Amino acid sequence: MSGCRDWLAHLVLGLGAALFLLPIWLAFCAATLDPAAIDRGELSLVPRLDHLGVFLEVLRHGGPGVGPVWRMLAVSAAMALAIALGKIAISILSAYAVVFFRFPFRRTAFWIIFVTLMLPVEVRIIPTYAVMADLHFIDTFQGLTVPLIASATATLLFRQTFVAIPDELLEAARMDGAGPLRFLWDVVLPVSAANLAALFVILFVYGWNQYLWPLLAATSPRLDTVVIGIVKMIGIDTSTEWNKVMATAVLALVPPVLVVVGLQRWFVKGLTEGEK
Amino acid sequence: MERRTIFPGWRLPLLLVAPQLLLTLVFFYWPAAEGLWQSLTRTDAFGIHTRFVGLANFAALFADPRYRSSVAITLVFCAAVTALSLGSGLVLALAADRELRGRDLYRVLLIWPYAVAPAIAAVLWLLLLNPQIGTIGRWLVALGVHWDYALNGTQALLLVIVASAWKQVSYNFLFVLAGLQSIPRAVIEAARMDGAKGFHRFRTIQLPLLAPTLFFLVIVDLVYAAFDTFGVIQAMTQGGPGRATETLVFKVYQDGVVNLDLGSSAAQSVVLMGGVILLTALQFRFLGRRVAS
Repeated sequence: MSGCRDWLAHLVLGLGAALFLLPIWLAFCAATLDPAAIDRGELSLVPRLDHLGVFLEVLRHGGPGVGPVWRMLAVSAAMALAIALGKIAISILSAYAVVFFRFPFRRTAFWIIFVTLMLPVEVRIIPTYAVMADLHFIDTFQGLTVPLIASATATLLFRQTFVAIPDELLEAARMDGAGPLRFLWDVVLPVSAANLAALFVILFVYGWNQYLWPLLAATSPRLDTVVIGIVKMIGIDTSTEWNKVMATAVLALVPPVLVVVGLQRWFVKGLTEGEK
Repeated sequence: MERRTIFPGWRLPLLLVAPQLLLTLVFFYWPAAEGLWQSLTRTDAFGIHTRFVGLANFAALFADPRYRSSVAITLVFCAAVTALSLGSGLVLALAADRELRGRDLYRVLLIWPYAVAPAIAAVLWLLLLNPQIGTIGRWLVALGVHWDYALNGTQALLLVIVASAWKQVSYNFLFVLAGLQSIPRAVIEAARMDGAKGFHRFRTIQLPLLAPTLFFLVIVDLVYAAFDTFGVIQAMTQGGPGRATETLVFKVYQDGVVNLDLGSSAAQSVVLMGGVILLTALQFRFLGRRVAS
């Protein structure tokens, strides 16, 4: 009985894994084919290993409509890192202030942040653009990142973690003469390491995968992220060079997938304990 | 919940909370206020005169058949993406919730698509479903199906649904699996001794205990489908053919950025904000209860 059910589980999981892997494997193979062959619909599940040079070629020279892919990868990486680290930093500080101090308007401050919990940039896109124009942020790296750094989710998550830190720990630290910043650095941060790692994964992926905001905020090719670049490449209807598109798509997947798989253990733990 | 012990002083905490507050005010409240104001005004074709028109933009919006059809498309799209990704995630999680050889490997193979950008998922699926170059697309054509999403609106909608849902399965899988594993073994054992098996056990024991997780996922999936899928639509169908895949967020972008109808676009943004706030409130009622229990 149990053997039969295990067999079924293997079947379901194997099928699921295959459904996830198939598109990416096909993209990898397509990258190594002749663009003309792809146009004729001659996709194959076997890559042409002698054509792996296409990856180097797009890295160095890009493709139709876009600059070198290494540049776009660098912009994406800088953007993802700035958003992830920026969000984590300001959220830790604000959550720390709200939990470990009493100050005037503490509740007001918390609610001001809290209300923005789920207001994604997509719903306030045009007015945010107008504000950016007033600040002369259009077409700058700050413009690409700073508006996406404000976030209530991370603050809430850290608040939850901090509230659970036992009072005794704080009392002991104060007895030892530790000030607030010392306590933050020596006790609170190490205790929250799992949340930090999980949040880093989530926010890195969030930053890397942005599409609508960069499309609007940064029109100069200098600031093209790799996700923007790919859609630009297929936007040229007449002469889409599918092999280059797919090579770029594969390259664009590698960094965020590495981050997720590499930090998997932390990510799963932090994600499911903290609810997003 | 309040702490007993705290640090004294008020200058330092204000300083610590200031960056977050500043960003929130500048990039949430200011745009929100500006959007609200814009939604109540109308600017002439030359962008010179702006006058207050009250709720006229909203009235025009709800009277517009294009907008109403976009609402309907968004509802169908969101419901389908949520059902598809949550359903698949649930099935995979149920299969993975057991002592199985190769469990860790399966888990890696099933969570990596979390990292895929929606726009890139769209490009990958083009390679499968495009009628000229796509593997599955060509099969369909060879089988005699009139598969051409550039002409057929229903097929186009199906295409963006599949690509959007595919990417979201991992997230659902992770949460359902965590939910299943947090059910105490004793409960399952007791059910087994009572003779509850297979589907019956799932329906009477696991499903009720999983309900809060599933509810949370429904909200997350709806928000994902409504707001994060702009890239999928832009890459695959550009809202077409006709307006068959023009979701609300896509329309805000079209009207505001492409057609420069700021008043209407702002009114649409305000409606969307209302929707998000409603979903947040729903989720919070549930989250709050969950934290309390």
